[in-house]
Amino acid sequence: MKLTLQNGHANRLGLASQSLGDLPSGGSGVVSGLNGGKEFSSRASALGLTVGAEVTMVQNFGHGPLIVTVRGTRLALGRGEAQKIQVDSR
Amino acid sequence: MTPPAAEITIALAGQPNVGKSTVFNLLTGSHQYVGNWPGKTCEQKIGVYHLDGAAINIVDLPGTYSLSDNSEDERVARDFIIRDNPDAVVVIVNAAALERDLYLLAELLLLPKPIVVGLNMLDVARQNGATIEPHVLQAALGLPVIPMVASYGEGLQALMAEASRVAQNPLAQSPNRPEIRQDHQQVLDDIQKLIAGRAPEPYPVNWATYKLLEGDAEITALVRQQLGADWDAVQAILLQHDDAFLAVASGRYEWIARMVRAAVIRPKAGQFTLTDRLDRVATHPVLGLLALIGALGVLFWLTYAIGAPLQAWMETHLIQAAAAWARQALQGAPSWMIGLVADGVISGAGTVLTLLPILMIFFTGLGLLEDMGYMARAAYVMDRFMHLMGLHGKSFLPIFLGFGCNVPAVMGSRIIESPKARLITILVSPIVPCTARLSVVAFLAPIYFGANAIWVSWGLIALSLLVLSAVGVALHELFLGGEHTPFIMELPLYHAPNLRVIGQGVWQRLVDFLKTAGSIILVVSILLWALSTFPNGNIETSYLAWFGRLLAPTGKLMGLDWQMMVAMLTSFVRKENTISTLAVLYGGHSAGLSAALAERLTPAAALAFLAVQILFIPCVATVAAIRQETRSWRWTLASMGLLLGISLLAGIGIYQGARLIGWGM
Repeated sequence: MKLTLQNGHANRLGLASQSLGDLPSGGSGVVSGLNGGKEFSSRASALGLTVGAEVTMVQNFGHGPLIVTVRGTRLALGRGEAQKIQVDSR
Repeated sequence: MTPPAAEITIALAGQPNVGKSTVFNLLTGSHQYVGNWPGKTCEQKIGVYHLDGAAINIVDLPGTYSLSDNSEDERVARDFIIRDNPDAVVVIVNAAALERDLYLLAELLLLPKPIVVGLNMLDVARQNGATIEPHVLQAALGLPVIPMVASYGEGLQALMAEASRVAQNPLAQSPNRPEIRQDHQQVLDDIQKLIAGRAPEPYPVNWATYKLLEGDAEITALVRQQLGADWDAVQAILLQHDDAFLAVASGRYEWIARMVRAAVIRPKAGQFTLTDRLDRVATHPVLGLLALIGALGVLFWLTYAIGAPLQAWMETHLIQAAAAWARQALQGAPSWMIGLVADGVISGAGTVLTLLPILMIFFTGLGLLEDMGYMARAAYVMDRFMHLMGLHGKSFLPIFLGFGCNVPAVMGSRIIESPKARLITILVSPIVPCTARLSVVAFLAPIYFGANAIWVSWGLIALSLLVLSAVGVALHELFLGGEHTPFIMELPLYHAPNLRVIGQGVWQRLVDFLKTAGSIILVVSILLWALSTFPNGNIETSYLAWFGRLLAPTGKLMGLDWQMMVAMLTSFVRKENTISTLAVLYGGHSAGLSAALAERLTPAAALAFLAVQILFIPCVATVAAIRQETRSWRWTLASMGLLLGISLLAGIGIYQGARLIGWGM
């Protein structure tokens, strides 16, 4: 199952669409899609990662797990999980 | 144990890290009844609270982020609210993570139950610069909102008074409920029409419809069964909208945003908080590891600096003194009675008693790290390494504690939320070589391997860790089908530890240990004493020796005689018993025990014996802890059988391997 919004909309507004794992430390963006199947989407949503949520990258060393803040909480997530989350960054 | 019947039953719900267990413990204190959820492996806690003389039963639901069907915890929580019909639901939310925490409330509002919101950790929110106005939130939600700082006891009474009030007027609430995102409203209505009046009992139609759109496997199967041929129409709609889950989740967060808009004043963005500063070290790939090693170092240092001497002091001044006193007092009594009291009862009680200081230090340390919010960071730093062993990052701390003592390792597995991951951790923890086992190795290895003993010891530790990984990976495949559970974890805000909360946690665990494990240890100690004494007071002709001789053929495969097998069996009470048993059985050798042992075993057999010894069934205290934590004799026996099998296989493998290459015969 693939769950994404149209990325064209974001591109027209001059935003770059990328995976959450590519967002550098300190960067921020808005979640535009979750591509990981039902269980993943359900877990990510319950922890605050839904389409439209603003995320800020706290720590991303380019390898290994990373840390983001979303909806006022900090989440640690694996790189594999981060690759399944699409964000529009400024 | 079942709690007494009460007029009102209240379900206590909340996401993880909201202070729910603090609320539960402070409300119900020692009036707690622990059991299993019917047919489930996870623990059910029911407590009794007295309000103006009336008893209120509080059922502590598992801490879950939502009520989906992704985990047993979530199914347990939702089934309780729907099937067991509590009079009211109290949901605790963390004011410092309000938006995310209200997600669970958004799900709960689909169920027709009176709700009270406990707005907890207002102090932590304040420390982080957020201002929250409870009465504004209350007006927006249309639900009672009780401001709380549970760790200091603030708001607890008001919370229960309100819960009792709404439980008695269940129809009086008309809360503001979340809706699905606008673009999916029609789809929701269509499905609801199709299943109206035919939703599986006792699930409300509206709730079942939402669960269908979320793709909930359990509810989908039930509705499908209920509808028979009419299911096709529902399925057609669902297939067309397989992204409906996102619309449901977005709808909830849109509702949350409306609820908190007026009630919360956030700190300015870009402000560095205490958590930001601490995490720069604690979650750094290198510095984080050093911080973790430092924290564990302090814990172990405390154990050896305070725990071990205290243990030794209790051993000589309490246990041995008591045994000597008993012998004196029972002078003239039959010798079996003296033995029963001095060697059975007092030594068993001594094992329990001398474990207490070490358990207290470990539990306090764990409680402190957990309460401050550090534990999630340790799990984060270790997660990559633990995944190689098929384990979760949170398994690291309990397993590492196992090097000190397996008992707190097994009991420490409570910090792991997922029941399956917790069970795997409980089953592998006893494979870690504890200090007691290593002390036996330290005594025996030099006798056979001289200067190479140190390498043998390290080799045995490496063997244990190898076996631990293999068992971990195998159990992971078995229980979770090798399935990779998504690694997404909350890192709660750091806050100052609350000594009252930690103290109560430590006290509760010690009491639990004494209650369950204490009696098992005592019984086994007495039993083993009896087996080694009867029928005629001589261990060499005792039932135990008879049993050892029965095992001689197995021993022979490892080059071991029956005395060694008996020594192994007595290590079940305490690992150090191996040496004292050998001293008795090989006693009378003029040059002492070491010389006798050197004469009896070849190096190959000695190596096999050490391998069995280090992988053998853990001591009875650990077994009792396993029984206590799994609440199942089946799993306890499975764990013992597993380790017995592995240890014997390792011993036979080593001896036969050595024979093949002609080493050490």
